[in-house]
Amino acid sequence: MKLAFHLAYKNLMGAGLRTWLNAGVLSFAFIVIIFYNGLIDGWNQQAKIDGINWEYGHGHLLNDKYDAYDAFSISDGHGALADSKQENLTPVLIQQGNLYPSGRMISIRIKGIDPNQELLHLPTHLLNESNAQIPVIIGKRMAESAKVKTGDDLLLRWRDKNGTYDATTVTIAGIFETNVPFVDGGQIWMSIDKLREMTLLKNRTTYFVANEHYEYADVPGWRFENQKYLMREQTKLINAKRVGGSILYIVLMTLGLLVIFDTQVLSIFRRQKEIGTYIALGMTRWQVVRMFTAEGGMYSVFATVLGAVYGIPILWYLSKIGISFGADGGEMGIIMAERMYPVYGIGLVLGTILVVVLSATIVSFLPARKIARMNPVEALKGKVS
Amino acid sequence: MSEKIIVTENLVKRFPVGDGEFTALNDINLSFKKGEFSGIVGPSGSGKTTLLNILGSLDSPTDGTATVMGHRISSLSHKEAAQLRNMHIGFIFQVYNLLPVYTVFENVEFALILQNRSTTERKKAVMEALEWVGLENMANKKPAKLSGGEGQRVAIARAMVKRPELVLADEPTANLDAKNAHAILQTMKKLNEELKTTFLFSTHDEKVMAYMNRLVHLEDGKVVKDEYVETKTI
Repeated sequence: MKLAFHLAYKNLMGAGLRTWLNAGVLSFAFIVIIFYNGLIDGWNQQAKIDGINWEYGHGHLLNDKYDAYDAFSISDGHGALADSKQENLTPVLIQQGNLYPSGRMISIRIKGIDPNQELLHLPTHLLNESNAQIPVIIGKRMAESAKVKTGDDLLLRWRDKNGTYDATTVTIAGIFETNVPFVDGGQIWMSIDKLREMTLLKNRTTYFVANEHYEYADVPGWRFENQKYLMREQTKLINAKRVGGSILYIVLMTLGLLVIFDTQVLSIFRRQKEIGTYIALGMTRWQVVRMFTAEGGMYSVFATVLGAVYGIPILWYLSKIGISFGADGGEMGIIMAERMYPVYGIGLVLGTILVVVLSATIVSFLPARKIARMNPVEALKGKVS
Repeated sequence: MSEKIIVTENLVKRFPVGDGEFTALNDINLSFKKGEFSGIVGPSGSGKTTLLNILGSLDSPTDGTATVMGHRISSLSHKEAAQLRNMHIGFIFQVYNLLPVYTVFENVEFALILQNRSTTERKKAVMEALEWVGLENMANKKPAKLSGGEGQRVAIARAMVKRPELVLADEPTANLDAKNAHAILQTMKKLNEELKTTFLFSTHDEKVMAYMNRLVHLEDGKVVKDEYVETKTI
């Protein structure tokens, strides 16, 4: 095998520009695969961090009657939990209401949270710092859709626990910017104590956000959903993107491998006399097969080297400046930053190299097998069809 | 000069042609002794190259036997045949068949790489072979930069570098002008005398025949004449 690699190396280096053109095509496929997967991994990582920081914390303890996907469960989906069981938990109460910006009516969820909480990145401290009678904070998307700004007063209408309508004026104490749409669109955040007072839902909570010290013990009437479970929809979406992306790199890889396959077929046809000469000089047919296979496989090694030369600076640069797709993930209901930063793990890079080297070796071997059946006399004459 | 290096007995080679067969060699009975400088001569299509290919274990007989250095060609596996060529037989082709991406040095070195010789050993043997053919100053050139005569001299060096017992040369001067042809033949004759290597040529060139000490005439696949002749001196 050492001989095969030695000779293959000499042949490829001797072939000059042709070798580097083939390696160039393959290296392009290779860099795109690493970049795309790096982008998906970066998105996954960013979405996970943002999700945890803004909404999921270290899991949710939800009232059994509450279903995040069922708006009708909001009015009754709350309960009281003994103070002793609330250690390491931040309570959130959700109720429905209507907001009337500029005479329009918007159906919203009113979310009450402890203004002193530090678990989530929501700027709830603004609720404490405001002098307004009922301060609220909203997300940037909500502000844009309602066409409101900080300091604006808005009419808010809601129903208390008995179903009685009431209304008051709330003041926008701050507008926050987040990549997590689930804490932004169609909702306002206010002090949980104020919301409980407004809705007569004393000590009631829809769900609790757990911090890292929380240890779940079975609580009747409540269920615990961990980070992984809460992230399941986002994870599914990212995996779907990964599968979609794999179509792109299968196409690119196929192009790269076709170039190698084509080169090998042509090479075996064009180099028949050379093959005959190798056999006449004392190589076995399988030694020649191995040499040609090694030549094909070595294209992928050269592609790795070439890819490293131009790919490392490009990939590094992109991982530093990030990529903007000009799309707001929030509008699509997914956690997606304005700029995404690719992350290239060692597993991704080594895995891609392995896939490229193995694939290139296999597609080189397929045409090279023909040599094993070649008649050396015909090969020397260049007459093998 | 008494050891028989090649023996053929009732050797027959047929090739399928369409629905029938073409007999390229018919009942060939020959033997060549160690150190002979012989030619298989005859017109095109008489079976010269086919005989050389069988003796070089690149092909096998349809009937009869060909024994080269004690190895019966038809019973050799691909691997054993490759081993025989690698260790004992040198080939010289009409169109030189040099490996285009290798330098002169690497072309000559190739046979020794296959024998797993050490780098030092290879370097010494290659330079010695290039000196035999007068190309020691062209070691780093690529075949494309060589003239026809130089290319064939590299092919001779490649065939001789492993000091084989037998060299099979298929029309080695067919692509060369008279001056280069004589120079090549003189080189081979010198190596034959100094190293006692057996040379077997296929040719229909009168210039080449003049250097042979034995001529085997083939016609339509049959030996029509086998004669020892006066050799041209160097």
